[in-house]
Amino acid sequence: MISRQYRDDVGRAAADSFRLQVVAAKETGTDAPIKRIENCSFLYTRHLNMYFVAMTRSNVNPALVFEYLFQLVKILKAYLGEEFDENAMRNNMTLIYELMDETMDFGYPQNCAVDVLRLYINLGNVKPQDEPEPSQLTSQITGAIDWRREGIRHKKNEVYIDVLESVNLLLSSTGSVLRNEVQGAVQMNTKLTGMPECKFGLNDKLVIDKDKGDGKQTVEIDDCTFHRCVRLGKFDADRTITFIPPDGEFELMHYRVTDNINLPFRVIPAVQEENNMTKVSINVKVIASFSDQLFATHVVIKIPVPKNTSKAKIKNSFGRAKYEPEQNAIVWRVKRFAGKAECIITADVDLMPMTRPKPWSRPPIQLEFQVPMFTASGVHVRFLRVYDKSGYHTNRWVRYITKAGNYQIRI
Amino acid sequence: MHELRMELHSTDRAVKVDAVKKVIASMTVGKDVSMLFTDVLNCVQTGNIELKKLVYLYLINYSKTQPELTLLAVNTFVKDASDSNPLIRALAVRTMGCIRVDRITEYLCDPLSRALRDEDPYVRKTAAVCVAKLYDIAPDLVEERGFIEILHDLISDSNPSVVANGVAALSEIAESSGKDVMRITASVLQKLLAALNECTEWGQVFILDSLAKYTPADGREAEGIIERVTPRLQHANSAVVMSAVKVILSYMELMGSQNSDAIRALTRKLAPPLVTLLNSEPEIQYVALRNINLIVQKRPNILENEIKVFFCKYNDPIYVKMEKLEIIIKLVSEKNIDQVLLELKEYATEVDVDFVRKAVSAIGRCAVKLERAAERCIAVLLELIQTKVNYVVQEAVIVIKDVFRRYPNRYESIIATLCDNLDTLDEPLAKASMIWIIGEYAERIDNADELLETFLETFEEEDPAVQLQLLTATVKCFLKNPEDTQDMVQRVLDMATEESDNPDLRDRGFIYWRLLSTDPDAAKIVVLGDKPVIEDDTFKLEPALLNILIGQIATLSSIYHKPPDSFVVRRRAGLPTEEDDEDDEEDDDDEYDEEVRDSGAGGVDLLDMGGMSVNDHKQFTPTAPMTRVAGPEKAGGIEVFSGFVQEGGKIFMELEFSNVSAGQDISTFAIQLNKNAFGLSPANQQVIFQPPISPGSSGTTRVEMAMNPAMQVPTPNGQNVNPQIQVAIKNMHNNGVFYFAVNLNFECLFSADGEMEKTAFIEAWKSIDDRHELYATVSDLPADSTSIEDVQQKFAAYNIFFIARRPVPNAEGQEVVYFSMKSVHGMTFFAELTFKRGVNAAKVCLKTEATSYGGLAKSALESLLRGD
Repeated sequence: MISRQYRDDVGRAAADSFRLQVVAAKETGTDAPIKRIENCSFLYTRHLNMYFVAMTRSNVNPALVFEYLFQLVKILKAYLGEEFDENAMRNNMTLIYELMDETMDFGYPQNCAVDVLRLYINLGNVKPQDEPEPSQLTSQITGAIDWRREGIRHKKNEVYIDVLESVNLLLSSTGSVLRNEVQGAVQMNTKLTGMPECKFGLNDKLVIDKDKGDGKQTVEIDDCTFHRCVRLGKFDADRTITFIPPDGEFELMHYRVTDNINLPFRVIPAVQEENNMTKVSINVKVIASFSDQLFATHVVIKIPVPKNTSKAKIKNSFGRAKYEPEQNAIVWRVKRFAGKAECIITADVDLMPMTRPKPWSRPPIQLEFQVPMFTASGVHVRFLRVYDKSGYHTNRWVRYITKAGNYQIRI
Repeated sequence: MHELRMELHSTDRAVKVDAVKKVIASMTVGKDVSMLFTDVLNCVQTGNIELKKLVYLYLINYSKTQPELTLLAVNTFVKDASDSNPLIRALAVRTMGCIRVDRITEYLCDPLSRALRDEDPYVRKTAAVCVAKLYDIAPDLVEERGFIEILHDLISDSNPSVVANGVAALSEIAESSGKDVMRITASVLQKLLAALNECTEWGQVFILDSLAKYTPADGREAEGIIERVTPRLQHANSAVVMSAVKVILSYMELMGSQNSDAIRALTRKLAPPLVTLLNSEPEIQYVALRNINLIVQKRPNILENEIKVFFCKYNDPIYVKMEKLEIIIKLVSEKNIDQVLLELKEYATEVDVDFVRKAVSAIGRCAVKLERAAERCIAVLLELIQTKVNYVVQEAVIVIKDVFRRYPNRYESIIATLCDNLDTLDEPLAKASMIWIIGEYAERIDNADELLETFLETFEEEDPAVQLQLLTATVKCFLKNPEDTQDMVQRVLDMATEESDNPDLRDRGFIYWRLLSTDPDAAKIVVLGDKPVIEDDTFKLEPALLNILIGQIATLSSIYHKPPDSFVVRRRAGLPTEEDDEDDEEDDDDEYDEEVRDSGAGGVDLLDMGGMSVNDHKQFTPTAPMTRVAGPEKAGGIEVFSGFVQEGGKIFMELEFSNVSAGQDISTFAIQLNKNAFGLSPANQQVIFQPPISPGSSGTTRVEMAMNPAMQVPTPNGQNVNPQIQVAIKNMHNNGVFYFAVNLNFECLFSADGEMEKTAFIEAWKSIDDRHELYATVSDLPADSTSIEDVQQKFAAYNIFFIARRPVPNAEGQEVVYFSMKSVHGMTFFAELTFKRGVNAAKVCLKTEATSYGGLAKSALESLLRGD
């Protein structure tokens, strides 16, 4: 659809061979995202039905290429909308060329910060009202703190902190934990004046043990990664998280915890194939193990059934459950699941006879949920301090939410 | 077009901008809008930066085909490079670097020199990259003008983006020149490490990658650098993390064993970030997993306790699952085998066939690896065989054969179960494995002879691998139980030696026959002798290769598990690209390597074929385009080049052998071709080099080819023909056999009777549906392919017949030429070539009823035009 050649060792003809071998093959999602055709390497990712492909003949850094492709998609989303499609691309061709030229030069990624790009690249002829002087702009594009522009003012200085956790669980059919971890992210929305210096602290075991503890619960964080605004050297030296934040929303850090996880839901499944694969009987018990002060929302429990299911007789105590053929599953939705509550669903599933019986692969039960004000890892924010020359006061709000990541129970 | 031209000359800026946008839109969809060159160029005289960007974009695209006109823009570039707006200065420098016209580069140097010292960092960072661009076109200029020194100064620039691009440019120049332009000294090193903290994320990657190429003076320095690099493991950008891992792993080697505490500490630090990478997007996971595969081979203890993170999630993409399985097998140990077996058993019930097979095979590999767990593994395999799922059973049989070879005479109790599943086997590999088991354990299977008998019924239809195995198994059976199997062995030997045209099978048949008839005891020793026990390291990389690859972590090399020089076509900057393109034997891509040929300067005799140059003026003799098809490591010390050519109406396969390390003079070989899409087979199987090739020298010979319909593999309708021809060569000096594959250059099959009447041609051309048209554009044509007369002559030498030529109406300087050709099989092809005066490119359009072969005919024309 659109292509930009940064070097002249790969031509358009190479794109054709990619089209023939990958796009036309339509084997989406099974082939590796790096493919070599005729000594040319293709690295690709997808957005909707579009391929974003990088071509090279050199021994490039593939992680760098993918990170750039993801950034590019992110930038396009910011400019053309989350769900931008082929038409949006075609209608904004020159804009896209402009963005590609600005974010990549001769195969080397340049500044990809959307906020900064917006300062001088815009849709159509609309000019931003506060377009800065060129020299100020260039120092912004290339500056050490390229994620924040100078001279930002807010009437009220506020910081919103969201701690989002997603719990990954893989439970064997006998109930033993195969894999369990929490992936957390700290998202911030800052509305701060000037160039404030921030210091942020979690109940990280390593930090608090050093400070001789304050008697509260601490969490052992396996690993964390930070937004590029965080000073990594400082973190490595004494585990303090210091940074000058971008203005607006950004992800400060990601972390991973594997020990002492409070699983929000326990699931006890009993799924039996009966009468020579003509029936399946299902009995699943779900227990909310978090405090009864809290509740979970958007709970969806997908219990897989064989493809040749003809009908399912379902009994459940609350929520709504029905057999959804397109998902090959009984989908049970509960809007509000109170803490400490317990619920059982039973189903008798009748199967259609098949001429060539194939064994059922028994995919795992999957859970989706959200539990506000709860962190499965036990992480909580200890402090956020904002220092600015002018010494203004900052309001801070903290929210916690735990979601299901890959929450699967084998049957 | 006219309207567009008017709009481009409009005085209204908005109309102008819109018009240029329309031009760019047409350019993007592949329409030729080069005729508007001067009109678009006119628009550049504007202070409007948006319009400027668009015009420059257009310029970059057409500068290649319109070098003369591009020169008209030079003034604008030079002027813009000293504009008061830094954005415009940078834009001019950036664009000039992208225009690869020699004469532009002369004008580029002064502005570039100024830009590198510009007060504005945005201009400096753009200029830094531009030096790398210039080096690619004119390396001498870069050195003359001292640009490399200026890049060095940029490493200590106050601006992080400038540092990043400066480092990137220097590493690229170092890479392409092979010179150490980076010159990392103690002070440069300190600067780089300091910049690491300040730099953009991309800059950090560039710095880390160039640090990885540096070898610290001693262990202490290595440790010092590692200490500065480890904080990068916490970066959110996975490229930064991977490059940091590379630096640390490479430097760890230098720290020496006396420093085991520090190494242990580092090992602990490396695990968490690697695990974290597995929570990223699947593409990054894939990159990480391919690299982890190398890391666990080099330093197994880093992830020894993390096997659980490699367990597959149900909704992981298949390519991620496959890589995870590889790592599970590498990390499996006595401690975790029970858990792993449960996992693998689970995978074996999933839906994706390839994944299931790999899981089954993994169970066998665990058995081979862990002696104490072998029994448990086999139990699981047996359980899986009971599921009767066809591909599960076949894969299990294949891997059980390996288990038997690892632990001879230990698990034969399961043979009965295997025998129950004979009917399920329909794949060659599975059949061959089962037959091997039957032959090996014939004395413990009551009805071994009957079982073999059932396979023998279909002997002739079997795959060669199965035939070979059947032959051996029957002989084994006969040696163990001569009374009942005499008939059978006789029949097999007959079939193998007389009815088969497979040289391997015949040879093996004859050897057995002779052994059995002259010395049955010797036969026993040979056939029933102890085989070497297989080891579990079958799947590991050679230590030398592994060490190279560890230094290549976070590059494509680490994805392919191949050293970079095996797939990167090296280009010497500034010169017309020289190809040392090695044909990759494992690469079964069945298309011609168009792009690679594209860059070859026309007619240069790359392989030094001595006296076969096609540049001899206007005297075109067809030559075989020789490609390297096998190296000494595969072909018993011989390097083989091959290609096809037609001469005097006969088709020849040309072979050039270099005696690299065969250890003696070589002269006599036998050749055999596998069935192929063209029905080619050697007219005579003997290949003789006269005089013999002594070690260190090389020789050429031709093998005449005959057309044999029985040797032709039909190509299914709608599919493209595979041009590959598989060849077996037997070295008669030592009876060694080696194999290679060579792509047929289709023009050698055009027959001399392909000439056509003009009217017949027109009729045939019209009768073919336009949907079957094939297109190609061949650019960068060598000088002797731009004149239609020359092309006509050259084509005639290849039996590509000229029909007619005519100028294109309304397009000045354009002409189309028609050609026809006919293959020796009687397929006809019609081609239309479009040339434009002063442009060294041509468009090819090809039509044929024989659609499967159309692509080949088109490629043949393209490569002839390019003159390779």
